[in-house]
This record gives sequence, C-alpha cells and structure tokens, in this order.
Amino acid sequence: MSETPDNQHTHSASDPAPRAKALDSLLVEKGLLASDAVDVLVEAYETDIGPMNGSKVVARAWTDSEYKQRLLKNGTDAIEELGYGGLEGSKIVVLENTDTVHNMVVCTLCSCYPWPVLGLPPNWYKSLEYRAHAVSQPRAVLKEFGLELDELVEIRVWDSTADVRYLVLPQRPAGTNDLSEEQLVALATRDSMVGVAKADSPALAS
Amino acid sequence: MTREIEWEVTGMSGTSALPRSNGELVFESPWEGRAFGVAVALTNAGHYQWREFNSVFIEHIAWAEQSGDSSTYYQRWLAALEELALKKGFVSVQELEQRAQQLAAENDHH
Repeated sequence: MSETPDNQHTHSASDPAPRAKALDSLLVEKGLLASDAVDVLVEAYETDIGPMNGSKVVARAWTDSEYKQRLLKNGTDAIEELGYGGLEGSKIVVLENTDTVHNMVVCTLCSCYPWPVLGLPPNWYKSLEYRAHAVSQPRAVLKEFGLELDELVEIRVWDSTADVRYLVLPQRPAGTNDLSEEQLVALATRDSMVGVAKADSPALAS
Repeated sequence: MTREIEWEVTGMSGTSALPRSNGELVFESPWEGRAFGVAVALTNAGHYQWREFNSVFIEHIAWAEQSGDSSTYYQRWLAALEELALKKGFVSVQELEQRAQQLAAENDHH
C-alpha cells in the first residue's frame, strides 16, 4: 500500500543528537526557521500549553443541556463520549460555576492536573505560591489573576489527587446566544477551566 | 492561529501519542526536544501541515514495528522529520549528512 519509508540516510549517521542539530541549523541558515523558534516552542510546550479538548467539552455543555447533565453526573464518561480519555485510572469530576458558587482547582501536594482535557499544566499551577495560597486565601489569589468576585459568591477550592482530577465548567458568557458551538470553544480558556478566571467574553476573543 | 496546531500536536493518539508523565512532555535528552521543536516549528511557520508530518511519522512507526526495529519514539520521529524535510526539498541529503558528520566530529573533540 504505502511506500516503505526511505531510511537510507537515517542509518548512515546513527547518533541522533548531531542529526537533529544538523537539521535545525540548516533550516535556520536557509531562513525556513527563525533562530530561536525551536527553543521558544519547546519551552512553550514544556511549560504552558493551551486547554485543547477541555474547551470542546465546555462548549458542548453550554449548547447541549442533556450533555451537561451527563457531564456533571459522571465527568469521565461524558468526556470519553467526545473521544478524550487516557487518564489511566483517575476520574474527572466536573464542577459547575453558577451565579452563587465559584469553583477553583489546585493540587496542594504536587501538580495533578486533568491533562487529557487541559493539556500541560502552566507554571503557575505548579508554583509553591499558588499551591500554598489557593486554599487559605482563594479570594486574594483570584484577585491576583484579575478576577474579583462579589463577596456573596461562595468560593469552593478543590484539591486534586492522583485519583480525582477536577475540571471547572465556567458560566457561559453573556451575549453569546448567537454563537455556534465551534465559536464558543475559543471562549473556554484554560484559566477558566481551572477556575482562576471567567470564560472570555466574545469581545475579547478575536 | 498556532492554537489549532497545538491541538493537533498534543492531541495525537494511538501509536503516535506523545510520551508524557502526568501530562507533561517527556524528553529523555535535549536532542529529543530539538527534534520535537523543529517538527512543530516548521508547521507553525507554514512549511507543511501537521497531518503531513503525522502521517509520515505513523508510517515510520508501523515500519519499525513490523521489522522488529528497537528504535525509540523520538528516533522514529527524527527519521520521519528528516524524510519529510528531504521530500519537501528543505535540505539535501548531502548537506544534511555532511553537517551531521561535522557536528558529530566536533563533539568527539570535546
């Protein structure tokens, strides 16, 4: 069917380190890649990558109330419905934000994170500062993220474990009735699904 | 714009799913990170679609598994990346070989 990969050249120099470097340096010299493109990119992927699948889960929940009920009842199963799994035994619990309750997620012990839905944990999530203060002074921490909640809103902080990972279902932003599910995906930011921000409003998303 | 690419890259599944530990990408040595970065950066710069790389990569994995080759995930990744770079004419076999040998020789001197 498909042709056998051309492996001729890959056997001649077997040490991969100089080969990777050779390719990188040639591509930079030829102007195909910026000189720092690879470093910047690897750094970004290692430390801070977007929410990916979680945004699609949230957008589905915003547009399909039956799906939302299933999601809140059994997050792991409802997320698997969309084809996202791979948590290796731990389950995902979805927490709904409302006018009166705001959920935020932390892992005080290490950096447990629902990565099949949120990608890689950002640096701040792993920082000692966030882990130490999210539980004791959530309101102050949220303020640092630029989120000031009404005093009447109850803040619930959820501590992740190896067995249970949490995903926040942010409130659907106002003024989004005309948006399609695909358009809504862009509004469900990572920070909103960790619970340190609200979902973006349509004016902010480009 | 690059967010769509991030989804494609980090969402790879099956045999081409990225090696991870608690969600974080695992690079056993710096060259693996470099090979990863070059492949993705070329897509970010618009030189090929991610699915083009992914399909060549999956071919390499299948081929290696069939032939009982014990190469690692990122060795196969690099082989696929080289193949695609040659196919697309980004570099020639000669200059790639020459540069790799030169760099390998420089390393030996240190």
